[in-house]
Amino acid sequence: MNAIQIMGLTKEYGNRRVVDRLELSIPAGELFALLGVNGAGKSTTIKMLSCLTVPTEGDAQLMGHSVRTQSHQAKEILAVSPQETAVAPGLTVAENLELMAGIYGRSKERVTQVMEQLGLTQWAKQRAKTLSGGWQRRLSIAMALVSQPEVLFLDEPTLGLDVLARRELWGVIRGLKGHTTIILTTHYLEEAESLAERIGIMNAGRLRAVGTAQELKALAGCDNFEDAFVALAGEEAAS
Amino acid sequence: MRVRAFAKRNMKELLRDPLTLFFGLGFPLALLLLMTVIQRNVPVSIFELDTLAPGIALFGLTFMALFSGMLLAKDRSSAFLARLAASPMTAADFLLGYLLPLLPMAVGQSVICMAAAVALGLPLSWNLLAVVASLIPSALLFIALGLLCGTLFNDKQVGGMCGALLTNVTAFLAGIWFDLSLIGGGFKTFAYLLPFAHGADGARAALAGNWAALPGHLLWVSVWAAAVLALAIVLFRGRLVER
Repeated sequence: MNAIQIMGLTKEYGNRRVVDRLELSIPAGELFALLGVNGAGKSTTIKMLSCLTVPTEGDAQLMGHSVRTQSHQAKEILAVSPQETAVAPGLTVAENLELMAGIYGRSKERVTQVMEQLGLTQWAKQRAKTLSGGWQRRLSIAMALVSQPEVLFLDEPTLGLDVLARRELWGVIRGLKGHTTIILTTHYLEEAESLAERIGIMNAGRLRAVGTAQELKALAGCDNFEDAFVALAGEEAAS
Repeated sequence: MRVRAFAKRNMKELLRDPLTLFFGLGFPLALLLLMTVIQRNVPVSIFELDTLAPGIALFGLTFMALFSGMLLAKDRSSAFLARLAASPMTAADFLLGYLLPLLPMAVGQSVICMAAAVALGLPLSWNLLAVVASLIPSALLFIALGLLCGTLFNDKQVGGMCGALLTNVTAFLAGIWFDLSLIGGGFKTFAYLLPFAHGADGARAALAGNWAALPGHLLWVSVWAAAVLALAIVLFRGRLVER
């Protein structure tokens, strides 16, 4: 079964088309990475899929719920970890998670479970604003997981983190594979290559290529993924 | 459930900000003390406690607009609100979540203000409770004004509008420092079209036990509060989803 079905999804701001007739199917449990340069349309796509922006044309279904006409039902089963760290700074780690649990009607046991899952238990009583960037990101992802979402959007989850913090977070994201359908947007090619089952390359609002890292390298006729990305995103965009 | 969880978060954020407590409680008390001291040192009657204390209590509520507006504007400028906007929370859930924790704070502020007035010489009476109750519609109005500003403007703009403009507008148009009849004419008519003077007069009527005058003032403020809150919800709903 496809957890995410995208059908001609388009977004225009005035005369500028930032996402152009996107077509994509993502099976349940898959971790799909959206790659692209700045302004490629990744974040706008995530915003449309998470019901934060209304598409100009087309539609998408999350577990069968249309983001256009059934956004309330879609919102019950999705969660977002936005590009910027999205935590309540004055609340402790546990309080942030309890807030999200309360909004989605989840129990306090679920909060404990997620804190253990993401290694946050030791920071439970610490205010979010006093955590390091890496731990704030981890908390931000934990807040998205409390509701046990069927579809999870991770928008640039490791942006600005050092190598160690990024690798730690990769471990967390790997742990989610198979249980939750994930769309991850990133600028880091190695992140997509390491984590995702399939990768989509966006440029100028269009999905230029979709496949596994191996398939994309073969498609571009390159030995390494960076060259493949440059070839697929750059050449297609220029054409 | 959603409103409760969000209201709890907002209550904690507000109470953990020392500036909230200082401006919410300290500033109105300082004004009350200052005006009372001035009154004791001038030969004419300008700042008598029975008119001053209800006015200062109303003036103190203007800070609720600052708190609600700043909290909402700060949330709007961060990704935190985007996360919540992708949850099943509705616009009404959001605004009730901001409003509910501020209401008991507003009542507490009015109680402390009137208690301070008693300590300064205002006679103790059951009417003091009526003053606090009569200020609830005004509290709702100021919180709703803050939410409206927080929906439309960023946190710096909200600071200017609710922190400087609204406090001064309220002080002048509610007749807190002077009787509006001293100016009279178009100014007085305009002031009584707005809700602030009715809020102050309602509280003064409650203190004086002038029960016949009370419903008219409360109704005027309540209608304004409901209209501003409804407008804030409609506008906030539009801001939740980008079109």
